[in-house]
This record gives sequence, structure tokens and C-alpha cells, in this order.
Amino acid sequence: MISLAGRDIMHAWGKFVFTGVGLGLLIGVTLSMAGIYRGMVDDAKVLLDNSGADLWVVQKDTLGPYAESSSIYDDTWRSIRGMPGVERVANITYLTMQVRQGERDVRAMVTGVTPGEAGTPGWPPYLVAGRQITRGHYEAVADIASGFKLGDRIQIRRNHYTVVGLTRRMVSSNGDPMVFIPLKDAQESQFLKDNDAILQQRRRTAENPNFNRPQVPGLLEAVIASQSTNPYVNAVLVQIKSGHNADEVAQSIRRWKRLTVYTRGQMEAILVGKLIATSARQIGMFLVILSIVSSAIVAFIIYTLTLGKIREIAVLKLIGTKNRTIAGLIMQQAIALGLIGFVVGKISATLLMAPFFPKYVLLEPLDSVFGFIAVVVICVLSSIIAIRVALKVDPAEAIGG
Amino acid sequence: MAGKGIHIEGLKKRYGSGDTAVDALKNVNMQVAPGEVVGLIGPSGSGKSTLLKALGAVIEPTAGRMILGGEVIYDNGWMVKDLRALRRDKIGFVFQAPYLIPFLNVTDNVALLPMLAGIPNAEARSRAVELFKALDVEHRAKAMPSQLSGGEQQRVAIARGLVNHPPVILADEPTAPLDSVRALAVIRILNDMARKLETAIIVVTHDEKIIPTFKRIYHIRDGVTYEEAGEGREFE
Repeated sequence: MISLAGRDIMHAWGKFVFTGVGLGLLIGVTLSMAGIYRGMVDDAKVLLDNSGADLWVVQKDTLGPYAESSSIYDDTWRSIRGMPGVERVANITYLTMQVRQGERDVRAMVTGVTPGEAGTPGWPPYLVAGRQITRGHYEAVADIASGFKLGDRIQIRRNHYTVVGLTRRMVSSNGDPMVFIPLKDAQESQFLKDNDAILQQRRRTAENPNFNRPQVPGLLEAVIASQSTNPYVNAVLVQIKSGHNADEVAQSIRRWKRLTVYTRGQMEAILVGKLIATSARQIGMFLVILSIVSSAIVAFIIYTLTLGKIREIAVLKLIGTKNRTIAGLIMQQAIALGLIGFVVGKISATLLMAPFFPKYVLLEPLDSVFGFIAVVVICVLSSIIAIRVALKVDPAEAIGG
Repeated sequence: MAGKGIHIEGLKKRYGSGDTAVDALKNVNMQVAPGEVVGLIGPSGSGKSTLLKALGAVIEPTAGRMILGGEVIYDNGWMVKDLRALRRDKIGFVFQAPYLIPFLNVTDNVALLPMLAGIPNAEARSRAVELFKALDVEHRAKAMPSQLSGGEQQRVAIARGLVNHPPVILADEPTAPLDSVRALAVIRILNDMARKLETAIIVVTHDEKIIPTFKRIYHIRDGVTYEEAGEGREFE
């Protein structure tokens, strides 16, 4: 039996290909949107993986350090290190800010890491160029997505840092590249005020009779000194010894240190379920809208193509063509349009959109499979209106009069 | 399959009911023998198209009796159920315009019918090619309809009407778009094929050029048919 749909497509291939390309670009955007969501989830997981931590100890009753601000004393780590099951601990600070380099600035997640050695929680697990931070101050390791190069001088607040190492895929859950600097510098930059603000604060403190008592020498200086130092970090990262249960160690820290502790699973749930939940809902809405628009386009095109063939359909019915053959002709054309669109969409998403998108776009093969199934289902559903029109065509229309 | 012609007795068709009812066919009687080509002539609104649709099994008559190719297809309210198969196997259509399927080549346009009837592709195509030889369009077998002249398209349309060897062919003004030479050629082909395949052919026409070629003519006026002897002029 002749494939009527195939012949019609071959006869008007230009119309089909151009329509398919248009639809394909829409499908490409849809796949890219799904890829953006996957990229956000992956960024969140990468952030957790790269921290090298099994547990995150944060300020009590907060969702820190990524989803909420969290401050705990920077000596808390000492008492945690001595607890059963704890292998290594390290303070960490996170601050998303603009990092300047010459005339340009880059939004980055500035991460303060404890001096130590490779493998210390919070340290970048691997470098693609240069070396790790070895000095206590003014050295930085940057993700290559920041655009910084080895030897670049970058400015964070008032201090300048030399980029000594480059890493890859070290990003925040928002996709901002990470810049690692020594912990002390990071603590300072989190709370460092400008000179005017410092003078103002000192003046106000000196004018406060509670702090400036003539009969207590040295009190004012002690208060001012405490105001200009920062004894806080955002979290303590904990690695547990092999053979110990993360939940049990976390429970122990919660009980004895009265702090909030998250395991890897809990932290992932916070990042995916809370931090990127709104973005995920927005992307979900876009996917729904794009699917509806795609359906409308396919339905309109197939409907228009069918209206253009009413006479031929009447002739086909008159000469004895079964309804299912005519329905098959229309449905196969809709599916063929979807296939062209999907191929174009997949290629455009992979080669044209994902590499140039400012955020990480992760195109999962399984998403493509679901996308393909969705396209076929949409095309089949979209062809229903045209099929209804075709099946209502009276074969008598082929006979004049 | 071919043979036994067309036999119609007291055929009626009423559209609507009550005060708005219209009797499009009031009393139609026709006999067309196998191998015979008759003309059907009538002014606009006389019921020609309704008769053609009833004969073509696309509308159901209201009363009367209709036998096509020896098979009763309508008898006072009873009608064959599978009209689609009836049209495919027993009736060939040739329209005023060829109405070839534009995305199928000439061979496939014709071979599609036997394929729809379940005949293997190779045999269906070989049937089409045989008819092309008889109709002198063999050299255009692989062309697309848009590449054919009007006369060639109409010959292909005739081949499509004949390819399933139906006992009945209904030709609805098949020569309307053609000049007199080509119009007469089409009628000659229909006569030849009618004789060769034992097919009964009804040609609905207004075409003064071809009316003298019919040996018998049915006139239809206000839904009633009248038979008249034609000139049966020989083709030049």
C-alpha cells in the first residue's frame, strides 16, 4: 500500500521542512528550559559534592549556609572535631558578591576556606591549572567560568588577591562561579566596613558612656577591637570517619552542641526543594506554556494542510478509501512534523542554545526521551481536530452540482 | 466483475420533511446495458447531481429500486451497508475536473484503487500500466499530475475510473474543460472501454459537441427522467 502521508510530505517537503524547523526551534527552547532546570539541580549537587562534607553544622534553626544566612563562632569546630565519628572539620564562609578585575566585575560566590591541605572540607577538590592556596592571605583560586586567568589581580572589597589556581564546575546553586580565598580574609570581607563607617562606629562607641568609663581604663579600646573583628563563620563542614553513620553523628552534634546539622540528603533537599524551587516552578510553567504553544502550532498547521486537501479527501472517500486510512494520513503527517521538529529542536538545543546560554544547561538523554514522547503525544492530539474535519468531509463534495 | 449494467426503477429522493420538503427525484427510471454509454442531460436544478449522488451511493434514495452490476443496492428503504466497498468495487467515477491526487504520480493515482481493494501493489500497478497503454498515456506513467496537459489528466482520471473493472462508470461532465477534439477523444475512449470491459457508463453532460455521439439519452427535468434516442453519430 502506498504511504499517502509520505508521498504528500515528499511532494510538499519544503513546506514541511520549514514548518518543522520553526517548530523545532520552539522544541529546542523547551528542551533547553528542561536543561536549565537540570543544570540548576546539578549545580546544587556539584556545590555539595565539591564541598567534600558529610555534614553541615550551621546556626541553630536556620537553613544555612546556602539557603539562609548562618553565623556560628569560628572556634566551634574545635569541639566538634573531638566528637565520636568525626574525621575532619573545617570552617567555611560563603558570600555572593561582585569581584572586580580591572574595569570589569564578575558576580561570584566568594568562599573562605580554612588553611590546610588538599582534601580539607571546603577546598576545591581538583584544579585545572595552577596550585592551591598556600599563603594565609591574598591568594585566590577561581572557577574558569569567572573568566579570570592565572596571575590575574582581583579585588574583593578593599583587598587585592592574586589568582594562583583555576578550577572547573565549581559554582553556586545559582550558577555563579566560585572564588576561593583564605578564611581570615573572607571573614574580614564579610564584615569589613569602609573607613567612614569605621570612624562613625568608633565615634558612636566613644560617645556611649557605657563603653567609655573613665574609671575603667582600656574598656573603650577593648570594645572597639571587638567591633572590628569578626569571630563568625557561616558553617562548619564535617567529614565523618568511615564506618560511622552520618545521621548518628549529626544527632550527636545537635544534642551536645545545640546547633543545627544537616546531612548530605537533607542539604540536597534544601537546595533543590527550597532554593531552586521557585525557579523550578517558573521553568515548569514555561514548559507548560511552550507545550501548549507547540500543540497550537502543530494543530493549526495540520488543520490548514488538511483544509487544503478537502477535495482530495472527498475524492479518496468517494473511491472507497477507509476513514482510518485518511485519519492515518493526517496523523502520520502530524507525527512527521513532530519528528522533524524534535530532530531540529534537539540539534539546536545541543549545538546552538546550551553552549551559549549563560547558565549551565544539562541535557539529559532521559529528558530527550520524555521530550520525544511528549512531542509525539502532542502531535497525535493536535491532529485530532484536523482528523475530525477530514472525517466529516462528504464524499459527495467530489461530485459536482 | 463487469456486466449486467444499471437498472433503476421509480427512484425518488426527498430532502427535508413537512412544508419544507423538496422532491429532488420524483420518478427516475433508467436502463443501461453492459458496454453501453448513455447521456444524461438536464438543466440546472433538474436533479442531475442528486441522481448522480444516488447512483454513486453517496446519498440514500427515499424510494424505488436500484441495481448496479447485477446487485441490488437499494430497494425501497433497504440499502447495502458497506457503501464504501460498493463504491470501490462496483462504481468508477470520472469527474468534470480530473481531481487527481496531486502528491501521487500518475501510476499511483490509478493503482491506489486496486490497492485499497487489497490487490497486491505490483498487480495494481500492472493494471494501471495496461490502461495507460489503451489510453495512450503510457509515456506519462511516472509524471506528477501537475506535469500533464488537461487531456492527459482526464485520460488518467478515466483510467482511475476503470482500473477496478467496475460494472458501472459515472462520468460527471468529463469533457467540460476540453476542446472539441479532446472531448470527442474522451468519449471515444469511454465507448471503447465500455465495449471492452462490459461496463455501463452514464455521462452527465451539457456539452453540445458530444451529445450527438450518444445512441440513447436520458433527459431529466424536475426529478423525472425521459428517454430519447440519440443520433449515435460515428466518431470521425
